[in-house]
Amino acid sequence: MIDLFGIPLQALLGQLLLGLVNGSFYAMLSLGLAVIFGLLNVINFAHGSLYMLGAFVAWMGLSYLGLNYWIMLILAPLVVGLFGIVIEKLLLKHLYKLDHLYGLLLTFGLTLLIEGLFRSFYGVSGQPYPTPDLLRGATNLGFMILPNYRGWIVVASITVCLATWFVIERTRLGALLRAGTENPKLVEAFGVNVPRMVTLTYGFGVALAGFAGVLAAPVLQISPLMGSNLIIVVFAVVVIGGMGSILGAIVTGLGLGVVEGLTKVFWPEASSTVVFIIMAIVLLLRPAGLFGKEK
Amino acid sequence: MKLHHITAALALAGLGFAGLPAQAQGISGDVIRIGFITDMSGVYSDIDGPAGVEAIRMAIADAGGAVNGKKIELVTADHQNKADIASSRAREWFDQEGLDVLIGGTNSATNLAMAAVAAEKKKPFISIGAGASDLTNAQCTPYTIHYAYDTVALARGTGSAVVKNGGKTWFFLTADYAFGHALERDTTAVIKAAGGEVKGAVRAPLATADFSSFLLQAQASGAQILGLANAGGDTINSIKAANEFGITQTMKMAGLLIFINDIHSLGLKATQGMYLTDSWYWDQSDAARAWTKKFEAKVNRKPSSLQAADYSSVSFYLNGVKATGTDDADTLMKWMKSNKINDFYAKDGYVRKDGRMIHEMYLMQVKTPEESKGPWDYYKVVANLPGDEVYTKPSESTCKLFKQ
Amino acid sequence: MNRQLLSYAAAAIVVAILPFLGVYPIFAMKVMCYALFACAFNLLLGYTGLLSFGHAAFLGSAAYAAGHALKVWGFPTELGLLFGTAVAALLGLVMGLLAIRRSGIYFAMITLALAQMVFFFFLQAHFTGGEDGLQRVPRGTLLGFIDLGNDLNLYYLVMAIFAFGYFVIWRTVHSPFGQVLKALRENEPRTLSLGYDVDRFKLLAFVLSAAIAGLAGATKTLVFVSATLSDATWQMSGLVILMTLIGGLGTLVGPILGAFIVVLLENKVGDFGRFMAELTGSNWFLRLGESVTIVIGLIFIICVLAFRRGIVGEWQAFMERRRARA
Repeated sequence: MIDLFGIPLQALLGQLLLGLVNGSFYAMLSLGLAVIFGLLNVINFAHGSLYMLGAFVAWMGLSYLGLNYWIMLILAPLVVGLFGIVIEKLLLKHLYKLDHLYGLLLTFGLTLLIEGLFRSFYGVSGQPYPTPDLLRGATNLGFMILPNYRGWIVVASITVCLATWFVIERTRLGALLRAGTENPKLVEAFGVNVPRMVTLTYGFGVALAGFAGVLAAPVLQISPLMGSNLIIVVFAVVVIGGMGSILGAIVTGLGLGVVEGLTKVFWPEASSTVVFIIMAIVLLLRPAGLFGKEK
Repeated sequence: MKLHHITAALALAGLGFAGLPAQAQGISGDVIRIGFITDMSGVYSDIDGPAGVEAIRMAIADAGGAVNGKKIELVTADHQNKADIASSRAREWFDQEGLDVLIGGTNSATNLAMAAVAAEKKKPFISIGAGASDLTNAQCTPYTIHYAYDTVALARGTGSAVVKNGGKTWFFLTADYAFGHALERDTTAVIKAAGGEVKGAVRAPLATADFSSFLLQAQASGAQILGLANAGGDTINSIKAANEFGITQTMKMAGLLIFINDIHSLGLKATQGMYLTDSWYWDQSDAARAWTKKFEAKVNRKPSSLQAADYSSVSFYLNGVKATGTDDADTLMKWMKSNKINDFYAKDGYVRKDGRMIHEMYLMQVKTPEESKGPWDYYKVVANLPGDEVYTKPSESTCKLFKQ
Repeated sequence: MNRQLLSYAAAAIVVAILPFLGVYPIFAMKVMCYALFACAFNLLLGYTGLLSFGHAAFLGSAAYAAGHALKVWGFPTELGLLFGTAVAALLGLVMGLLAIRRSGIYFAMITLALAQMVFFFFLQAHFTGGEDGLQRVPRGTLLGFIDLGNDLNLYYLVMAIFAFGYFVIWRTVHSPFGQVLKALRENEPRTLSLGYDVDRFKLLAFVLSAAIAGLAGATKTLVFVSATLSDATWQMSGLVILMTLIGGLGTLVGPILGAFIVVLLENKVGDFGRFMAELTGSNWFLRLGESVTIVIGLIFIICVLAFRRGIVGEWQAFMERRRARA
């Protein structure tokens, strides 16, 4: 058994893999934030509570309608996305002409409202959600026993993230989206319905968060509070990555998950703040973020 | 500028409105006023909260709604886990509403703050939901009674009883803050004294969502028992992850601060076989079952030990008022420290000089899904832990009241 | 100018006699502390245009620092307050240096993340007492002989501190420095092109805001004789933003009104919910009353959508329109 820094290599690899799992969540959530910010110039503080909403919808689907995990994996993000569209049309639309900060404040208020409502109706102890049968059990990878479900999380998130990247960077739709960010008026002049594009983008961004929520449901206790502390870390991830590039957001999210995982081994007490510390360092050395472009 | 006049006027009117109604009632001597401040809407609202209010109402109703002709009134407030709010409400009630006794719900910081206020105003304060043993140790006052449980009792109860039952080697998953450290420290001392061994500990930051890497370290240690020196959401998340990684197949879990509501939300499959200490369980005796039936009729779920303690403590206080014929604070504190509590909650419980209510605690084990006959049927009592053994002994305490 | 002075004097007299009008002094002191906190925050947001989402870090650090100094080191009250303020100012310097490197949304997110780091530090540090908080902080005496254990004495000290803090802000806003800050808020590139070292002004405003927020925090410790974690949470940061928003961004008096409304809300929403529930027979109000979070979230949304200028701001706009018509 090889020892690296006093920790057996096997254990280290195990922790790295676990870090990757967490990083997948960071990647998906920061991707959603980046997509929304890119087109709407709104920092969606409500992202955390919409992630929670995704998990809750999955649970509600199972408890009230008997719909299993696989159905909810598609349905829940759609529901959350729809909810997002409603939010955008009713509330956010009015703020585009104003300072970005109002968008942040509105979504902050939304977070409090959503979390408060769920807390009021469902309490805080949380709801259990069973792992889907197909993914139960664990695989012996040699250096660790990995629960199959965790492996699935990594696979599913990376797939979705790469698919998103592909759509935005390599398809016509994505090109329209990017053009709409740069010069909405011109794109509108070409006959593209920009407001609708904006609405759908917000819906898509939050659907990503909802998807992450469904993925998280079997792993974490589904509680109204599950999004609030997570969102702040995701903000830090976004600052570190810079919001200039989609790929950058994905890579940063995964990378920071791994770094956090390593910290849990060598210095567990600091694992909740290591992302912030890295953020501070990045700010000192490269303010625009690792992949960002100075805006 | 007119604006400042108007604003000042608005502020004045508003402040007056906010302040006056309380003033109008004034201090009334013919009413026994009980105050209850707890977390009604936040992280601790399930184990105490509004259901705890119902329990207290039951106690008041069962006492007849009045004692010796004086009507009993209950005022409640939600401290939202903010010590500011708890202490300012307590002050306001003592100063302006003639509060006779304050009952403290969950959250240690708020209870410590309320205890200080009650001591200043020289009125009784009965803490139910908080775990901080400091309430009757370093921060004890002549007016504090710590009724239900404290972290020392939990640590000692679980620690020694589990070792005696065969769980000799331990590994701790500790929440990295004072409360978690205290739990770990107290339990470690007891484990060693009972002949057990602590193989290691890992400190996870509070509100960690994912415990998987910490749990892997626990598994690698090869210990028999996984000690969970954390509470609330952390405990729940660590139990979930422990199940997921198959840790529960090789280690038994010992929850150091866990309530029946947590078990309810996790389910028996995830928690079966887990050890925990609590002060009361609804199915532990006929008297307990009888009271639970009444509680369930009002609240639609079974009570936690804290809600039972809410009822018991208020009944105890009201018995004191009846026996002494007064609601004078010093008389009642004396009465409560010299009379026993014998009800569905505690047998031969007594309040010590430092305010600590000493009563039997119970080591419980969570049933398997097959053993359970229905929702809330979760525990079997494994061992009775005498109060004198598990609570902080007078010789160990720094409370000044012992020196008197 | 004279009329302004007169109205301030009138307000001061009214506040001074409030305890004798039946207002509970602790409540009024709580309002004053939070009002000072909101005014300090407004200096940064309303006048300099910088949204800090981590101002609770300053409130909390000063509260703990002052509490520790008074309880453990036995500082006299005046020094304790000063120490708390100094710690908050220093923290403001460090946080400001990091945050200023980005602007707008990034600035807000950075302050949020840094404040969260400070929160975790307080959670784990031993001297704060963690979840239990710092309790039984001695209030001490003023000038060596005025006993501050007496609520009324403390009331006048808090009033004086508030007046001082407010004066500092007032003076800052009405000074050349304040003019530059306002210019910064309106149009940063142009201010830069006029030759002002924009970053330095931002940092100065940040530190000043942090210091006064710290003063509010230290004073609050004195009032409640305790300092706890809830002073340093992101919810507290959000709360002070709400206070400023409701009251009126960029107005001097707005945050005071906002603080009053929010404190009132926190204390009375439960009673109000119960009252409405009994009135209408609808249990829904009970649920609303039990959750201050829901109410605050709703108010935030309504304010941002329809009420951005806040109460005082709307009032001022209304008066302007009236004057224009006349």
